[in-house]
Amino acid sequence: MNSGLKTLAASLAVGAALSLGLGGAIAAETPKKGGVLKFVVPAEPPSFDGHRETTFALVHPIAPFYSLLVKQNPQNSMDPTDIICDLCTEMPKPTDGGKTYTFKLRKGVTFEDGAPLTAADVKATYDKIIFPPADISSARKAYFVMVESVETPDDETVVFKLKYPSSAFIPALAMPFNFIYDDAKLAQDMHWYEKNILGSGPFQKAERQAGAFIKGTANPNYYEKGKPYLDGFEAIFAKKESLRVQAIRGDRAAIEFRGFPPQSRDDLVKALGKDITVQESDWNCVLLITPNHRKKPFDDVRVRRALTLAVDRWGGSQYLSKIAIVKTVGGIVFPGHPLAANKEELQQLAGYWPDLAKSRAEAKRLLKEAGIPEGFKFVLNNRAVDQPYKIVGTWLIDQWKQIGLAVEQQVQPTGPFYDTLRKKQDFDVSIDFNCQSVVNPLLDVSKFISEDTSGSQYGGYTNREVDELFNAMNQTDDQAAQREKMRRMEKIVLDEEALGFITMWWYRIIPHRSYVKGWNVSPSHYLNQQLADVWLDQ
Amino acid sequence: MHQYIIKRILMMIPTLFGAAVLVFFLMRAIPGDVCELRLAGTGATFDPDALRICQQELGLNEPIFLQFFSWIGGFFVGDFGTSMWTNQPIVSEISLRFQVSMQIALMATLVSIVISIPMGIISAVKRNTWVDYCVRGFSIAGIAMPSFWLGILIILGLLVGSQALYGEPWMPPINYVPIWVDPAENLAMLIWPALATGYRYSAVATRMTRSAMLEVLREDYVRTARAKGLVESVIVNRHALKNALLPVVTVIGIEFAFLMGGLVVTEQVFNLNGLGKLFVESVSNHDYTMTQALVMLVALIFVLTNFVVDLFYAWLDPRIRYS
Repeated sequence: MNSGLKTLAASLAVGAALSLGLGGAIAAETPKKGGVLKFVVPAEPPSFDGHRETTFALVHPIAPFYSLLVKQNPQNSMDPTDIICDLCTEMPKPTDGGKTYTFKLRKGVTFEDGAPLTAADVKATYDKIIFPPADISSARKAYFVMVESVETPDDETVVFKLKYPSSAFIPALAMPFNFIYDDAKLAQDMHWYEKNILGSGPFQKAERQAGAFIKGTANPNYYEKGKPYLDGFEAIFAKKESLRVQAIRGDRAAIEFRGFPPQSRDDLVKALGKDITVQESDWNCVLLITPNHRKKPFDDVRVRRALTLAVDRWGGSQYLSKIAIVKTVGGIVFPGHPLAANKEELQQLAGYWPDLAKSRAEAKRLLKEAGIPEGFKFVLNNRAVDQPYKIVGTWLIDQWKQIGLAVEQQVQPTGPFYDTLRKKQDFDVSIDFNCQSVVNPLLDVSKFISEDTSGSQYGGYTNREVDELFNAMNQTDDQAAQREKMRRMEKIVLDEEALGFITMWWYRIIPHRSYVKGWNVSPSHYLNQQLADVWLDQ
Repeated sequence: MHQYIIKRILMMIPTLFGAAVLVFFLMRAIPGDVCELRLAGTGATFDPDALRICQQELGLNEPIFLQFFSWIGGFFVGDFGTSMWTNQPIVSEISLRFQVSMQIALMATLVSIVISIPMGIISAVKRNTWVDYCVRGFSIAGIAMPSFWLGILIILGLLVGSQALYGEPWMPPINYVPIWVDPAENLAMLIWPALATGYRYSAVATRMTRSAMLEVLREDYVRTARAKGLVESVIVNRHALKNALLPVVTVIGIEFAFLMGGLVVTEQVFNLNGLGKLFVESVSNHDYTMTQALVMLVALIFVLTNFVVDLFYAWLDPRIRYS
């Protein structure tokens, strides 16, 4: 083994050990105070209002300025079910048959301008998100369909009343976009937070240069005493991936929180050796294949089943993960979540069978039965983004070629791509994706419910059994019942009706400067971005 | 001359109006809109009401001609409006980027002039010698190499070279600091893109200088100057060069205008927060108002640069008379 490969292997081993939680000694290091964390962000946020936007480009530079009511545990970020208090003092146990959640708030929390943060601010925030006025855009209103009202019996108590018990409620509350805003500012102007930043988080806004950077300095009044460890942070906008990689190599930035492809990781490890640490995780984003049910022959379940049966997911995972940010084979639920299918359950589904030859023979038989001739041509609509869209698209073409289909890939920039899916609806088969923050399968699978209720299902189908299962899962907090219904829903979606298919789940690779400590990779690039626990070992 | 200047200024109005009509309708011919991109672009589920409210806020559901007249009316009274993507005033969004692009354009032009004019002259004077071949090879390489590619090589070269020499990789800063705040940091960032683009830009100007000089050196008045016994340096610098500069000035003028808005990829390679980068972002975000303002700005820069170049002709060549 040459020295470069040795360095690569050693660094990957260290990184993997850290990711798997084996780096106990390292994790136990005493945090040092001071320093400015510089990180690169691939895009600039459209506005500063988390309630309105949907992009990670908002979360990375803006989340450090805000507090949330509850959040995913930054110290146990690989467990998607570990949700802890941020502004509240204790995670509440639901009462009233699971329909009432009472949160007690921390005392003495203030906004950056010195105004005290009270229950009225939390109520105003969630009212804006859940019950926005007619002219206010709330991107995540649909995640709170179970909420009936938000009440404030006193300044330190917030009560959420639900229409029905729902396990999806707490994960929805923990979404990193739910920044707590100042009631007074919202009362003045509901659009105020689109252009201004005023929070109670670990950092305060210092400077912004449009298109270039956002800087924050430590909040001296932050309610977690002794934190943040950093003096400040600098989020630098850099669109080109190669530049972001070189910026880490040249130490112009210490980290990029979204994720790099495997090749960039290997390049950085080779160049920097022990100065780079790699953290990796399954990623709560998935590429889907959506056949257009409005168009022949994709309205025929036999054709759709043939398409999924042809795809070698187990083999593809092995090879594609070397060149693209996809890896894990899974069903409709994020792998690793208690509601997700295990390997044995997956192998019962079309397209996941362990015997590939049998699977492809069945695909050919179904195509023949449906009257599809050898060499049948169709177009795969795809997004003009390399990672992982075009790579997975090219791989799919080869998979379908194995059963005698001749597929052409049509790639479009993001705008026209979504226009095709949402308005034109004239595609044959399309790549689509679903990318979420907090792992909340009960709501995340809304992508597969009927067209008239989903809002983001582009296949154009209606299946009321799926809708009923979705509603039933969301209206119970019995996890065993949820799991059973989820399996049935998965069987219909991926196998019996082959309504839409999963390719592979994404894989998040974060190579960062080794002096960055206290930040743990999580299953989503939206999570764990308050930076209160991050410190620099310099 | 005054009449000519007024006529040229009046002719700018239909040119700019034509550009305005084209950019407005071409932008809307691209499928999709800014709201759809903003909400659906991350693949997450979103409320359909959010899409309707966003389109309403931005006036995207109004008749297209109403949108056009509202924009063009604002444009002619100097109101560029707000960016559809960031909701910030377009003037403030553009002003910082303009400063970066202007500095890069000036530095690249300077690099180009310093390289191209002496090399073009030497190449013409030493025609068909090894010096001429070297200059021509150097300039053809400059034309053949895209400046962004050269930029990537420069960054990689700096990283690898500095690591080999000093043990720590070094690359230029990726955050712009105005020259009056920190001149060293500013130049450490901008000198490299200026060299990369200036080299490419000099290649065109070198070849233009060479051919213009070759033509002028064959003129009768040059032969007369030689017959009078003037030394070669005076013939070349005083008599030939000034007359050969006319086409060179045109090339430099057009390239300068191009540099102001056309460094789309090079700006991204060096993370320059200039107009080119803003252009790409606004087009990919379907930010109609921003793209329209940028196209109009670049059109205005081109029109004004051509105008200045035309005026410069008169200074260089007294035979040119505008009436």
